[in-house]
Amino acid sequence: MLLPDLREDFPLLTRTVRNGKPLVYLDSGATAQKPRVVLDAEREFYEQHNAAVQRGAHLLAEEATELFEGARGDVASLVGAQSQEIVWAENATAAVNLVASGIGNASAGIGGDEAARFKIGPGDEICVTETEHHANLVPWQALATRTGATLRWIPVDDQGRMILDDLDSLVNERTRVLAFTHVSNVTGLISPVGALVARAKAVGALTVLDGCQSVPHLPVDVKALDIDFMAMSAHKMLGPTGIGALYGRKELLDALPPSIFGGGAVKVVTMEETSWQEAPMRFEAGSQPVAQAVGMGAAARYLAGVGMDRVEAHEREIAAVMRAGVAEIPGVRLLGPVGSADARDVIGVASIAVDGVHPHDVGQVLDDAGIAVRVGHHCAQPLHRKFGVTGSTRASAHVYTTREDAEAFVAAVATVPAFFGVN
Amino acid sequence: MSSLEQMYQQVIMDHAKQAHGKGLVDLNLIQVGESHQVNTTCGDEIRLRVGLEDDRVESVTWEGQGCSISQASVSVLHELVEGTTLSEAEATMEAFRDLMQAKGEALDDDREDLLGDATAFVGVGKYPARIKCAMLGWMAFKDAMIQARKDEA
Repeated sequence: MLLPDLREDFPLLTRTVRNGKPLVYLDSGATAQKPRVVLDAEREFYEQHNAAVQRGAHLLAEEATELFEGARGDVASLVGAQSQEIVWAENATAAVNLVASGIGNASAGIGGDEAARFKIGPGDEICVTETEHHANLVPWQALATRTGATLRWIPVDDQGRMILDDLDSLVNERTRVLAFTHVSNVTGLISPVGALVARAKAVGALTVLDGCQSVPHLPVDVKALDIDFMAMSAHKMLGPTGIGALYGRKELLDALPPSIFGGGAVKVVTMEETSWQEAPMRFEAGSQPVAQAVGMGAAARYLAGVGMDRVEAHEREIAAVMRAGVAEIPGVRLLGPVGSADARDVIGVASIAVDGVHPHDVGQVLDDAGIAVRVGHHCAQPLHRKFGVTGSTRASAHVYTTREDAEAFVAAVATVPAFFGVN
Repeated sequence: MSSLEQMYQQVIMDHAKQAHGKGLVDLNLIQVGESHQVNTTCGDEIRLRVGLEDDRVESVTWEGQGCSISQASVSVLHELVEGTTLSEAEATMEAFRDLMQAKGEALDDDREDLLGDATAFVGVGKYPARIKCAMLGWMAFKDAMIQARKDEA
């Protein structure tokens, strides 16, 4: 079932674009528009409560700290975590790097005995998948290079679905980390988290989930999923830019060494060595993006208010309209599963390749119709290579996307082959 | 003519469909330079080779794939600069860069004469995201010229 029309909550969606056309915003997978409550939360923070957090003996400092920590609690409750298991990060990329670099630092001997459990080296393995966003691939490549560990990956089939036939050999007793996405930013496929986590647990590997395309769009409960770490992006979940968060199981976060070193994160500093505070403080050295954190908290509350079950149902339906529509257009190839039976685990996204027309050119025709989409490889070059294309044109939805938006996308795509004379 | 039609003028569509200078040619010249350029936004690439002799651009060939703007642009580049003197080629490059920065406005007659078919790219200047596409081949040409001449002096 679709959500009621929420566009009134999003000031930007009322503007017009090229040729005075109303905006059809289908680029939420890249960044989402912001509801007024998020904008107000940031503004109110600056207008009423702005002060340095976690220190200072004055009223404003207390209020700012309360809002900052309250936001942490709001993000935590959206994903079923405890407050102290949420670490602010600059963005989701930084959140993944925090884990990868922390493991790298532990491997170099930083963090003492408590960090020894994270040590990896030659003979150990790190496993990723072929469908990853570069943000959940490149940090692991770098960690492998740094430590001498071997990088392996779970392949995907022609529909972009992970092939689990060889899971037991790909994730084995040498595997120390299994990092994978919850939802593909290209196909919209929801990953088989249960099977992957079960295998990782069986061999004692840490699990790192990329939640960028899941937390904004469907109910996520980190305890039910039983994952160890999860990266989140605020700006994709209706929140501000410049902030994201890492979820980590508390006992792991308390042992993982930081990778940004400085004030605020430390317990005792001598000229020789340093001991760190418990999580999340140990990872939050230096001034934090406080107003942005408050905005992210407001976004989490907004999504919880709409209800993540309803958000998921909405986005499944929007995806179905877009996918069924474009799949019928001659010369248009839908990336990922085609057909409603195969696409039952697809959410919010339709990425297409138009025969004989480059994605940039497709995007330009759509832009002329007031439709904003993403073109290119969407930071997932290996997956596009697997599909045999260098890039694609992606339409992606959010809570404010209407059936009319989805239909406008399909109608505009249908004009593309004729415009470029390829039909 | 809408902005979209202004960008995708017929001459651009024609060059994109029937690109000139495509396919790298082996050159038996002393001054040969090559450049590989990637548009990181979309992954499009161009490898372009130039051969210089007696202060002239003897040969410009390329291979690669990309959108109609990038393909048409490098095709027009081949048409314009192959056979010109180095200083003519440099003036043409400069004029094309000016055209891209002109935000959709026409250039003066002198520079338009220099650009010929390439004036059709005037509409691209209105779309900052596409200027990179149009410039891809020209960046490769500029770099290949530097490579070809690096043993001079």
